[in-house]
Amino acid sequence: MSQRTYWQDNLRLVGFCLVIWFVVSFGFGILGLDLLNQVEIGGFRLGFWFAQQGSIYVFVALIFFYAWRMAALDRQHGVSED
Amino acid sequence: MPTMELQTLTYLVVGASFALYIGIAIASRASSTGEFYVAGGHVHPIANGLATAADWMSAASFISMAGLIAFLGYDGSVYLMGWTGGYVLLALLLAPYLRKFGKFTVPEFIGDRYDSQAARIVAVICLIIISFTYVAGQMRGVGIVFSRFLNVDISVGLLIGMAIVFVYAVLGGMKGITYTQVAQYCVLIFAYTVPAVFISLQVTGSPIPQVAFGSTVTASDGVHLLAKLDQVVTDLGFTAYTVGSKSTIDIFFITMALMIGTAGLPHVIVRFFTVPKVRDARMSAGWALLFIALLYTTAPAVGALARLNLTETIQTGPVGTIQGNLLYEDRPEWFRTWEETGLLGFEDLNRDGRIQYYDDTNPEFVARAERYGWKGNELRVDRDIIVLANPEIAGLPNWVIALVAAGGIAAALSTAAGLLLVISAAVSHDLLKGIFATEITERRELMAGRISAGVAILCAGYLGYDPPGFVAQVVALAFGLAAASLFPVTLLGIFSLRVNKEGAIAGMLTGLLFTVGYIVWFKGIFIEPMAADVAENWLFGISPEGIGTLGAVLNFAVALSVSRLTPPPPEEVRALVERIRVPN
Repeated sequence: MSQRTYWQDNLRLVGFCLVIWFVVSFGFGILGLDLLNQVEIGGFRLGFWFAQQGSIYVFVALIFFYAWRMAALDRQHGVSED
Repeated sequence: MPTMELQTLTYLVVGASFALYIGIAIASRASSTGEFYVAGGHVHPIANGLATAADWMSAASFISMAGLIAFLGYDGSVYLMGWTGGYVLLALLLAPYLRKFGKFTVPEFIGDRYDSQAARIVAVICLIIISFTYVAGQMRGVGIVFSRFLNVDISVGLLIGMAIVFVYAVLGGMKGITYTQVAQYCVLIFAYTVPAVFISLQVTGSPIPQVAFGSTVTASDGVHLLAKLDQVVTDLGFTAYTVGSKSTIDIFFITMALMIGTAGLPHVIVRFFTVPKVRDARMSAGWALLFIALLYTTAPAVGALARLNLTETIQTGPVGTIQGNLLYEDRPEWFRTWEETGLLGFEDLNRDGRIQYYDDTNPEFVARAERYGWKGNELRVDRDIIVLANPEIAGLPNWVIALVAAGGIAAALSTAAGLLLVISAAVSHDLLKGIFATEITERRELMAGRISAGVAILCAGYLGYDPPGFVAQVVALAFGLAAASLFPVTLLGIFSLRVNKEGAIAGMLTGLLFTVGYIVWFKGIFIEPMAADVAENWLFGISPEGIGTLGAVLNFAVALSVSRLTPPPPEEVRALVERIRVPN
């Protein structure tokens, strides 16, 4: 496969991850705060939890997910380093 | 508490941590410029993750953040999301490609990608302003920790801190810094979590701070910590803890500015030059954020627990009853200790011998307080006390207090060293080797790197000893500048083939001037502020802390449009971009 499709696949993956990045922080933690705060789970108002805890957990997971998917993509397109 | 004993213990613990750092430095001396600038590119991704976490978490993260959140409540979320979310941008948009580029500094990438020495010089200027701003705060942090815990003068504390950094930064360069940062991370995270676990246990019965944050409070049956906290603080006229008082647009822009500022900070980016492979750079960003998240998810829990502790210590009974307020004479031991440092202050405005702590800027509550016979808030609390006094408030043994001192110093030193190294690399590699003395040998460049690191330490020490009035205000500047200048052109350099040197230079200068201008306008650096720093005067309601976001948008817009109107970059640049986009 060509370098072009590798780059396109990468851009799609980056775009997908950035949508999640935006939704959990700016979406749930800021813009939708009041809405989500009406839900209360385990002692947390949901919007507040996303702003001070949840978004950070998702960020960590997101980077590992991206690294894992990209390693697979590298191999698929024969551009892996080994 | 026998103070002598605590002090001896603190000397021992801090001294032992210093011995460790110096030992590591001697074991990992740099012998080439590659080792001095990027540790030879041999750092394991997990080790780099640990080093990045220590590099990133400064004295401010360690000492001030939990307290900041404790008093800001929801509004404190901007720091939590902003200073972690930036790593997602770094991992997805910059780190792997800059690792593939495979050279030593961020300005070097900008210079090569835009085929322009001018662009490189503009980038060096941005880098030096950002890094010096930051490092002054770190040196100050070192001095403060020394003077509070070890009872030495701030200047002596500073000199000791400078000497330690000098040994391992000058001797070991990036290689020495990396492995000392790994050790420093271990010290600081241990020192941070131990008191947090004990406080969580005491208040909620759960040992895990992140869980305790959402648990019920042991002393009041069935009420959750945050619900209780909302109740307790609103009873005293403060804004509810889980609801903010800043406008949504301002929260949005500040968070975004901190995120892209984080991704654009040179001392963080350069850490990803030190791992062996592109794949490692991606993974390493994940490890870094995981290690950072350990502290960043603990901090808001500590903030909430400490705010509740503090409020209930002062307001012992129902608001408005006479017995409801603590008698000053009955104040606990830690209260006396911290009064001496000036971080805690009491002034008996209504002369009743009791402490009233409430929001006297809330007109509705002030009217009520007057009926109680209260004449204003009588307690002044420095936010740093939340972390520093935590072990004493929780009644923890002296060795924990000693550990917090060592942790605070570790956090400050590790960040200072990282910053000093990018400054020295910018001088010896970008300015000397890259532009003004391209003929020098590697040995002389290495010597120049060591000398500039030494000079940078002296300047930083001076700034820490005698901080110009504006240091406190320029934190916003450092992030805003990184967001508005370096981040956009670095990103475009990778993701666009069309953006050229005219676009990049115009973009950087626009972002830089707009952001600096806006901050100076309201904060007044070197000059008097031109307008009061209040929401009514702000552009679209965006505070100077958040203006870097708009600066970045302008940078992108100008870079893209100017590039469209000028010729495309040469073929070699195109080849360079194609090359860094693939790992092999």
